[in-house]
Amino acid sequence: MAKIEFQVEHLNLYYDKFHALHDLTLDIYQNEITALIGPSGCGKSTFIKTLNRMNDLVEGCKIDGTIKLNNVDIYKDYDIIDLRKKVGMVFQKPNPFPMSVYDNIAYGPRIHGIKKKAQLDDIVEEALTKAFIWDEVKDRLKKSALALSGGQQQRLCIARALSISPEVVLMDEPTSALDPLSTLKIEDLVLELKKDYTIVMVTHNMQQAGRVSDYTAFFLNGDIVEYDRTSKIFEFPQDKRTEDYITGRFG
Amino acid sequence: MKLRDKWIKGAICFCAFFCVAVLIWLILYIVINGIPSLNREFFQSLIPSVASTLAIIGMTLVFSVPIGIMCAIYLTEYAKSSKIVKAISFAVDSLSGIPSILYGLFGMTMFVTVLNFKWSLLSGSLTLAIMILPVIIRVCQESLITVPTEYKEGSFAMGATKLKTLVKIVLPCTSRGIVTAIILSIGRIVGETAAVYLTAGMVNRVPESIMDSGRTLSVHLYMLAKEAISFEQAFGTATVLIVIILIVNTATNLIVREKK
Amino acid sequence: MKRKLTKLFEFSIEKLFLLSAVFCILALGTILIFVFYKGAPVIGKIGFLEFITGTIWQPQAEIFGILPMIVSSVYITLGTMVLAIPIGVLTAVYLSYLAPKKLAVFLRRSIDILASIPSVVYGFFGLMTIVPMIDKYLAKGTGGNGMLAAILILTIMVLPTIISVSETSLRSVSNSYREASLALGATEITTIFKVMVPAAKSGIFSSVILGVGRVLGEAMAVILVSGNAVQMPSSILSRVRTLSANCALEMGYAEGMHNEALYATGVILFGFIILLNILMYIVKTRSERKG
Repeated sequence: MAKIEFQVEHLNLYYDKFHALHDLTLDIYQNEITALIGPSGCGKSTFIKTLNRMNDLVEGCKIDGTIKLNNVDIYKDYDIIDLRKKVGMVFQKPNPFPMSVYDNIAYGPRIHGIKKKAQLDDIVEEALTKAFIWDEVKDRLKKSALALSGGQQQRLCIARALSISPEVVLMDEPTSALDPLSTLKIEDLVLELKKDYTIVMVTHNMQQAGRVSDYTAFFLNGDIVEYDRTSKIFEFPQDKRTEDYITGRFG
Repeated sequence: MKLRDKWIKGAICFCAFFCVAVLIWLILYIVINGIPSLNREFFQSLIPSVASTLAIIGMTLVFSVPIGIMCAIYLTEYAKSSKIVKAISFAVDSLSGIPSILYGLFGMTMFVTVLNFKWSLLSGSLTLAIMILPVIIRVCQESLITVPTEYKEGSFAMGATKLKTLVKIVLPCTSRGIVTAIILSIGRIVGETAAVYLTAGMVNRVPESIMDSGRTLSVHLYMLAKEAISFEQAFGTATVLIVIILIVNTATNLIVREKK
Repeated sequence: MKRKLTKLFEFSIEKLFLLSAVFCILALGTILIFVFYKGAPVIGKIGFLEFITGTIWQPQAEIFGILPMIVSSVYITLGTMVLAIPIGVLTAVYLSYLAPKKLAVFLRRSIDILASIPSVVYGFFGLMTIVPMIDKYLAKGTGGNGMLAAILILTIMVLPTIISVSETSLRSVSNSYREASLALGATEITTIFKVMVPAAKSGIFSSVILGVGRVLGEAMAVILVSGNAVQMPSSILSRVRTLSANCALEMGYAEGMHNEALYATGVILFGFIILLNILMYIVKTRSERKG
């Protein structure tokens, strides 16, 4: 069995009085793709945001339990900036900054203190290459990133997340705003990235979870109903509710 | 890194509180120095300027509000060609960017000299009416835009004409916006000095007709301070002006908040 | 018959609305024409270059040069902006990103009040507080009224404009930029200054242009604190007169050519304002084109 990247134990999350996540315990494995599935409002997006502490931004959000990254508690023993350097994130809607393609990718390295032009050039090229978009944008690095198509923008955002060499990449429904062809490209990309990164991905697309992920967690109303290898979840679901969901009977 | 952030955050907080500190200093300073002069005698001496101010407010609104509302209605409900809308919007923006002293110069030629209204309440309020037009148009427009199309469609579907829909459905929905526009305008009229000074003159008497010259509270304060007539009275007048502004401000806030 | 009447009525009302709307264009045109009509001939008589580069203003001798006023207006505007832009933009940043909700409401309300206090009250306040302070600590008993006093008062006066317009544009920047930047490990402050402020720059720029318009156009408050001497400013404490102040100061008694020369001053001021409007228009269309 693979090495454990995240170790989540008895995680509870509250928005003011609302109890959004109930006592979750699971391990997320290194260099594997973990898919989080479930109907809207089940807590999967909330959960993925606890892994890089994006929930800290939400007013009235309280967390107890522990999440350990490589055995270090991310809520107690991690500086939030170091954590986010290690755990990158790609959002539901492509959100490139209103800057040039180059500046979008160079943003991360720059804020973390890399100033040399040559070094930045290398990082930009490497990140864009890894995200399968270098050939499409290498001649327009100085042009605004907002002029790219939706699919290109999302790959750019993935490249941006890779620019600071994270260990983990979190993806919150990365293809939900894209057309089918762009979606397939991103899926290929995710499979390729698995070699170097641990990937956690929220998706509402069952086929996508089946196609790309190694592990799948099924969320319902703030609980994890079932968590196992994807093949097992899809072929021999243990719980009736999981079976109902993946065969399309509700959600 | 973090230390730098702390410094910057400190500077930001400082700037924000600087603004409040200045406001508090200004209000306290004026009011504390003004209260001792708020006696019977002072209020009696203020009667002419209060009368002129009220007269100018009333007349300016009478000229300006109907035109402003109709212009806003045209822009939001009727205008079809975007060229006209663009031209009018450009004119409205430009009007709001013209400094009041230039309105004063204009009013002085147009109304005081050419139309021969002399320095009078009429000249003053006509000048001010043009000056506050952009405020009225913009505020009314904003509130007209928020009327849901469904309401209008509902009315049209019942066979109502455009005008009937406008009068029975749209205008009642925007009454708050119109009141806000009027209150904001009152604030601007009360506070204006340069344009009134050049068109309504500065005679300190209770005006008997709209062709009489009159001095508004702001002009009164300007004269008291500029000619160093009486700083005590100036403090008193400034206090009265601040109280009026605070009332106007609270009224606007109440209306806007109730809307939400 | 009745239907026809209704139609006619509707039609004429629509035209009435159109007329009101066109009235704005007419008003703008009339203002331009009147001010230029009164002021342009005298500029022609004196000579445009001589008028704007002349340094002597002696109405009795019919010598009209307004360079000192142009220079004073420009200096005062620059000085005001140097103070007001940082304070205003940082306050807008505080209001839109850092302030706790309740405090932000209170601050916004205060700034609204600041915006609606009449300019003459600011002038009077400056005359009674800032001028004596400058006199005591900086000018050492030589008066205290002058450029610095005007700059300080105008700074307070334009802050609300800069703050509220900048805040509106900062708040309209998509929150997804903020999330993306924070997820890359940027601090709150870095995110604000590297991503959010640059994304709102066209709105911030508009706020500055509006502010410049207010400063250039303000007459009464400036008259009360700036000293009003027609001279080239030699230091920040010099007594100066601005273009707008000139229009207001002598209008009461000016006759003939003197009167026209005051209108001519207005024409030059108008020129500056038109320039600002064009600038504003360019900024607006640019940011609209970008989407």
